[in-house]
Amino acid sequence: MTIPFNNPDRPNSYIGKTVPRPNATKLVQGRGRYVDDIVLPRMLHVCFARSPVAHARIGEIDLSEAKAVKGVIRIFTGKDLAEVCTPWVAVLAHLKGLKSPPEYPLAVDRACWVGEPVVAVVATTRAAAEEAAALVAVDYEDLPAVTDTMTALDTDTPVIHPDLGDNLAFRRLHEEGDVDAALESAHKVVSARFRTARHTGVTLEPRSILVDWNPAEGQMTAYHATQAPHMMQTVFAEHLDIPESRVRVVCGDVGGSYGIKVHVYPDEVATAAIAKVMGRPIKFIADRLESYTTDIHARDHEIEAKIAVSEEGKILAIDVDDWTGIGPYSVYPRTSAIEGNQVVNLCGGPYDFANYRAQTTVVFQNKTPTCQYRAVGHPIAVAITEGLVDMAAGAIGMDPVEIRRRNMYADDAYPVTSPAKMRFEGLSHHASMDRLVEMMDYDALRADQEEARKQGKYRGIGIASFIELTNPSPFMYGIGGARISAQDGCTVRMDPDGSVVALSGVTEQGQGTEAMLSQVVAEGVGVDPGQVRIITGDTQVTPYGGGTWASRGAGIGGEAALQAARALRDSILEVAAAMLQADKGKLDIRAGQVVDADTGEDRMPLEELGRIVYFRGDTLPKDLPRELVQTRHFITMEYPFAFTNGVQASYLEVDVDTGVVTLLKHWCVEDCGRVINPQLVDEQIRGGIVQGLGGALYEEIHYDEDGQLLNGSMADYLVPMAAEMPDMQIGHVETPTGESELGAKGAGEAGTAGAPAAVMNAINDALRPLGAQVTEMPFTPERILRALGKLDD
Amino acid sequence: MKASAGGYARAENVRHALDLLAASGGQGRLLAGGQSLVAAMNMRLSAGDLLVDISRLSELSGVTEQGGTLHIGALTRHVEIGSDPLVKTHAPVLAAAVAHIAHAAIRNRGTIGGALAHADPAAEFPACALALGAEMHAEGPDGTRTIPAEDFFEEVFTTALDESEILTAISVPVAEDGEKQVLEEVARRSGDYALAGLCLVKRAAGHRIALFSVGPKPILATGAMTALDDGDLDGAVAALAAEIDPPSDTQASAAYRRHLAGVLLRRAVARLKGDNQ
Repeated sequence: MTIPFNNPDRPNSYIGKTVPRPNATKLVQGRGRYVDDIVLPRMLHVCFARSPVAHARIGEIDLSEAKAVKGVIRIFTGKDLAEVCTPWVAVLAHLKGLKSPPEYPLAVDRACWVGEPVVAVVATTRAAAEEAAALVAVDYEDLPAVTDTMTALDTDTPVIHPDLGDNLAFRRLHEEGDVDAALESAHKVVSARFRTARHTGVTLEPRSILVDWNPAEGQMTAYHATQAPHMMQTVFAEHLDIPESRVRVVCGDVGGSYGIKVHVYPDEVATAAIAKVMGRPIKFIADRLESYTTDIHARDHEIEAKIAVSEEGKILAIDVDDWTGIGPYSVYPRTSAIEGNQVVNLCGGPYDFANYRAQTTVVFQNKTPTCQYRAVGHPIAVAITEGLVDMAAGAIGMDPVEIRRRNMYADDAYPVTSPAKMRFEGLSHHASMDRLVEMMDYDALRADQEEARKQGKYRGIGIASFIELTNPSPFMYGIGGARISAQDGCTVRMDPDGSVVALSGVTEQGQGTEAMLSQVVAEGVGVDPGQVRIITGDTQVTPYGGGTWASRGAGIGGEAALQAARALRDSILEVAAAMLQADKGKLDIRAGQVVDADTGEDRMPLEELGRIVYFRGDTLPKDLPRELVQTRHFITMEYPFAFTNGVQASYLEVDVDTGVVTLLKHWCVEDCGRVINPQLVDEQIRGGIVQGLGGALYEEIHYDEDGQLLNGSMADYLVPMAAEMPDMQIGHVETPTGESELGAKGAGEAGTAGAPAAVMNAINDALRPLGAQVTEMPFTPERILRALGKLDD
Repeated sequence: MKASAGGYARAENVRHALDLLAASGGQGRLLAGGQSLVAAMNMRLSAGDLLVDISRLSELSGVTEQGGTLHIGALTRHVEIGSDPLVKTHAPVLAAAVAHIAHAAIRNRGTIGGALAHADPAAEFPACALALGAEMHAEGPDGTRTIPAEDFFEEVFTTALDESEILTAISVPVAEDGEKQVLEEVARRSGDYALAGLCLVKRAAGHRIALFSVGPKPILATGAMTALDDGDLDGAVAALAAEIDPPSDTQASAAYRRHLAGVLLRRAVARLKGDNQ
């Protein structure tokens, strides 16, 4: 029996409705349990002496003063931990040619970025550990630092890792059709140079881990703020020589992740190694400065790109040369080549065109390592694509909406394979654009812009269509050899009181996974969502799964939960049919009652069924199955990824005297397939947009030419804040995926993917009458005034 | 990071605070609102301080007006400056400045005396004090003294106060009939320190222009003031560009700040004329 999702009046119709988040009350009352809230007996704190220079040979280390600090118990160097922890090398087989040197939990011979952990100080308090860490004396012998991406491969640039031969980590060229011929014969060719700034995720809760090694049990328990508990279980087991079955990763409440907490960090592995050596619980909570120097960075790309269009505005070719600097190591185990790879995969995404060439060049440098951060590669690819499309529209005098309509894949064209060889099952670019144009009242907005211009106000409208990669299959990591599960599972059980417990392999990071799961399970079984308790984030308890990343929680974890819930419903009805001497097919479960499916008449509450099964099983037929626990797993099989699509628009005003941009309004129409909880999806989109707006206007990690980080605090790494955020209107088109009964695709990254491009295009729309254009993010007041030629140095 | 204070003592009165400072061997630090000091301590930019907590000295708080002078106690909090009717009437630019200072939580604790004594060149109150021609009242082991704002701000985070002294109050002349006071600034986000900011006071005697975030201390733009007195706005903008030497940092270059100063001056003058833009 399938669920008639299109009938909102169906029984138990929780899927598709805004239901309250079961964990919201706990979180707003401050009753959550984050890693830092956990205190274990005999627990110690670790703090790290970190490299103050970008590149240096590590000479003598003098620990005498540090050891004398009251409260210090033990101090570890890189050599100490190398004896108990094997290094890792972050490459994947399907990213051909990707190379990276072995990385240790603490730097052994060389420090390669400012912030790299060098010495670990263990003390009774964090304050004592900090005190001592400041007294660790390391003789750093300076080595030349490589900081500029574009010259990293020049022959006169020093090679960071001589064993690797050069500073090239990865390069991939993809070519489809004949780009050169298309460029040569096209009506117009527009070129541009784009730059996206180095960002970091700035999670509200910093990276946190507490590791307890119990030698008596031979078991390690890591309380960890992570997106992927099972992946971390494998990592700790493999590198600390513990059987995988003897590592338990527990992930309680997490204060935001955005991709930051899905990677292996040297200081976190060091914490686990130290716990094993000392046989005492060790806690590490990153402070904000450590977050800026050691949380992964992302998005540091420089791009030269071209677009060729016909007189009618048809895209004939797109040519992209993308460069990115990833720091001194590829980050384990997902690698730091994925972002560049995504740029190649995603440019031109919404459009039906023939000739495509894209190359990404990924180089090493002496800065904080970069890796996957919310919407990996998407904001870059969308900025390139949509920036070029707008410039092409300008060059041929066509309206930006019109040029997109002329090039987007028709809504009935699917399935289709893009020139980047991405396979699309079903997208809705035109329906989404129609909805957007209607929502924003495009023509009225153009009139308002015109009117404002008469008053000397420079307002602009920016459109950005996009695709988003969600629900990844093993094609993302598994085929490359990484033990990262693309499958996810859910166990659902009914307890004697008729309530339901669901254990899922996907994790809650504060985004509402538990709410989504509770309503899916509630509908699947036929109970009120309040009767469903969700357990996530414990490798010893939940089914094995991948966790939360690449917008997979609802699409993968949600489907596993639905199937497990439907299986439990079936088991319950089998027992109910025997008890009521009824035909199982004529019964249903609604709001916690077994009912007559046709009349809706109550037949028996679930708690009565629970009472009989658990306490009076003797009264049931001997051979009657009474399995009130069911587990199902789900993995996508037909497509490597479930692509979603959408379109955003920004309306803003540029103060052409100061360069300040004021965001007036933002719109997004997106298609994540089945919407399970409209409010959660809308807030995911809004939150994502805000992160994208941060990239467009504020966020930028600055280094000097020696590789010194210049802005390591929230006072000078500017994140978007409420006062500057515009009203955001969100709309949906629903094209469910056929791969699952639920039909859900991901929604976590769409907002971030499209917002920067929409803002860039809006600023350039505003500046067009003045002949200025900006393509280097963030669009600071100064960059805008420089584009306007108003500054003389 | 965890702060590392060398000690803490709560002062009972100003004399007690002075004694505590005197006994601190140069390590004494006055704790008022704590909105800059505690942040610096938490970053370990300042460690080992012997904190002398003056936050409960009620005699240092409050606003009074007497004989044409507005007297503001050093411990008067930003939020009180922003809403005080005497301030709004007699020194409106101070009240206007409050909306630009950080966020509500900080304004609820931060004090005007703390802001002036901290002398952050990007802060609003020091420049306001300069534009208003305020006087700073200090008390030390040898008694009290008054320091004109022009002589008070010396360098980044450095004032004419001796380390044995406490800033007890600020006084400003009450606004005369027809006096206009405006503050203009541009910040990346609301509540951020300004990329550049400007206070303009127009009195019968002439204009006073003070800038913040364009140098190591608040700057009195005397050249621009003279030009403006002569009715020469373009000349004032040009003079302003010549008499400031702004820093470059990750937020903005010197060239941008210099340009911005001119824009702010034009906007401030437009507002004086009631031409709200």
